[in-house]
Amino acid sequence: MAAIAVPLHNEPNLLSRLMSRPTSAAGLVVLVLIAVAALAAPWIAPYAPTKLSVANRLHPPALDHLFGTDDLGRDVFSRMLFAARTSLSVALAVVVFSSIVGIVLGLMAGFFKKLDTPVSRLVDAMMAFPDILLAIALVAALGPTAVNVVVALGIVYAPRLARVVRASTLVIRELPYVEAARALGVPTPVILMRHVLRNVASPILVQGTFIFANAILAEAGLSFLGVGISPDIPTWGTMIAVGRQYMDQAGWIMMFPGAAIVVTVLALQLVGDGLRDLLDPRLAKDI
Amino acid sequence: MLRSILNRLIGMIAVMALVVTIVFVIVRVTPGDPAAVMLGPDATAADVAALRTRLGLDQSMPVQFGRYVVDLLQGDLGQSIFLNEPVTTALAQRAEPTFFLTLFSLLIATVIALPVGILSAYRRGSVFDQAATTLAMFAASVPSFWLGLLFIQFFAVKLGWFDTSGYGGPGASFLDRLNHLVLPALALGLVSSALITRFTRASMLDVLNDDYVRTARSKGMSEWRVVLKHAFKNALIPILTVIGLTAALLISGAVVTETVFGLPGVGSLVVSAVLRRDYPVIQGALLVIAGLYVLVNFAIDMLYLAIDPRVRY
Repeated sequence: MAAIAVPLHNEPNLLSRLMSRPTSAAGLVVLVLIAVAALAAPWIAPYAPTKLSVANRLHPPALDHLFGTDDLGRDVFSRMLFAARTSLSVALAVVVFSSIVGIVLGLMAGFFKKLDTPVSRLVDAMMAFPDILLAIALVAALGPTAVNVVVALGIVYAPRLARVVRASTLVIRELPYVEAARALGVPTPVILMRHVLRNVASPILVQGTFIFANAILAEAGLSFLGVGISPDIPTWGTMIAVGRQYMDQAGWIMMFPGAAIVVTVLALQLVGDGLRDLLDPRLAKDI
Repeated sequence: MLRSILNRLIGMIAVMALVVTIVFVIVRVTPGDPAAVMLGPDATAADVAALRTRLGLDQSMPVQFGRYVVDLLQGDLGQSIFLNEPVTTALAQRAEPTFFLTLFSLLIATVIALPVGILSAYRRGSVFDQAATTLAMFAASVPSFWLGLLFIQFFAVKLGWFDTSGYGGPGASFLDRLNHLVLPALALGLVSSALITRFTRASMLDVLNDDYVRTARSKGMSEWRVVLKHAFKNALIPILTVIGLTAALLISGAVVTETVFGLPGVGSLVVSAVLRRDYPVIQGALLVIAGLYVLVNFAIDMLYLAIDPRVRY
């Protein structure tokens, strides 16, 4: 659906407006807490994430190990903090990568009539692939590294952004100020950057939040399957994969990382919903 | 009508052609020699050379693409390197669990989402609406594989109601197979119901205040008749779209869920193919699933034409 964007520069109080909505405020506070915990992991984690303690293996949650220990006696809470760094930074990188690719494709399709059909067909074709499956195939082809996971998921999610940007660009392209800029001889790249891109920022921001949430789920899925980031690096997905083998004896190993994913994704969705309601009021009552 | 069908058909063929090209390219972006990557570090140079010839990788790119397309048109997806059987056979043998898992998950998701979404919109702002909206958002935040693990732990291990994994033996009855599908289908269906619920609610909200709904009410029709016959029918097009999209998402979810529940479906086949670098299988599965998605979308477009005569392509 084409969204007529509200320019961001006219929304100086976006943060305070977001905070005035209880659900969005709750989401934002949780997100900030998780981000701070992830950034401060080396200082607040009670143990090193790789510290083995065979004597303490499969230790249930207690005061000395808040979330218990895993099969190698490693502290689950400490690992979760470090896993948050990987999971969040990979998801954020996916948002940046998919935004760059999606914006370029969307602007091309929306602004240049001749490019619309080929780019839109390419986007349609990309969206025909189920996200995890395409990501698995790309990671299999490129190799299982964090960078390749970012590239693969970025390619998977870029078409979604391209569609949103195209839809908004189609509307903005016909607005008088763009026509006026053209008539004044402003070069096309300047029109695109200064007049079009600025005004499609809102839908990009909203969509970016949802891509962030999806990327966390997808990365966890890839890591869980063992086809994503190396199992040696703690991520929430790899921790669940380890915990799966000890579900009967030590359910906490997979319970806490799973809960961390749910809380983070839920918080992102609350913030995304709030942003959409504020920046795209026509959708406010809807999904 | 005929023109619309033809337009969509041409669009579908164009998208399929691009899908085929993308799948062809994906395997070729492998850094280094794909044959060497597939066979691993222990392979001899002769083995690698033989595989290169077998897969046609020693030909030029246009020749490879031409051969690939000709084979595809003949229904040949290539030969699995590790299973030593045609990819079509490998996929066909594993299609049943994936098909039923997707079907049952979609059924569960739809059966939950439609009434909840309709009621939620009808009682907008009520406690039910708020609870349903919150639950839908929560469900959309849960990784299906994690929910599956929780289900295994609770329903299979603790309560012993269902089998923990597998799809029954070779001669298992349909009921036995169904028993193996309940938990994975529930895990996938519950998570997927979130999207359909939210879209159903949104679509119903769009139509519930329309003039024809008010007219139907003023004629003294019962509320249920107004909601189901007049409002829901008109809200159906976006709902159908999202159900179609959910089917595709379910295939994606099935890849992970099958692995959790040890179901011998296409998803597990793909995961094991990735771990063994069996590219022809990955390529074939991608193509078949993306092709199915394009066909589902085409079918939904055709349904639009049947439901709403105003729709034109």
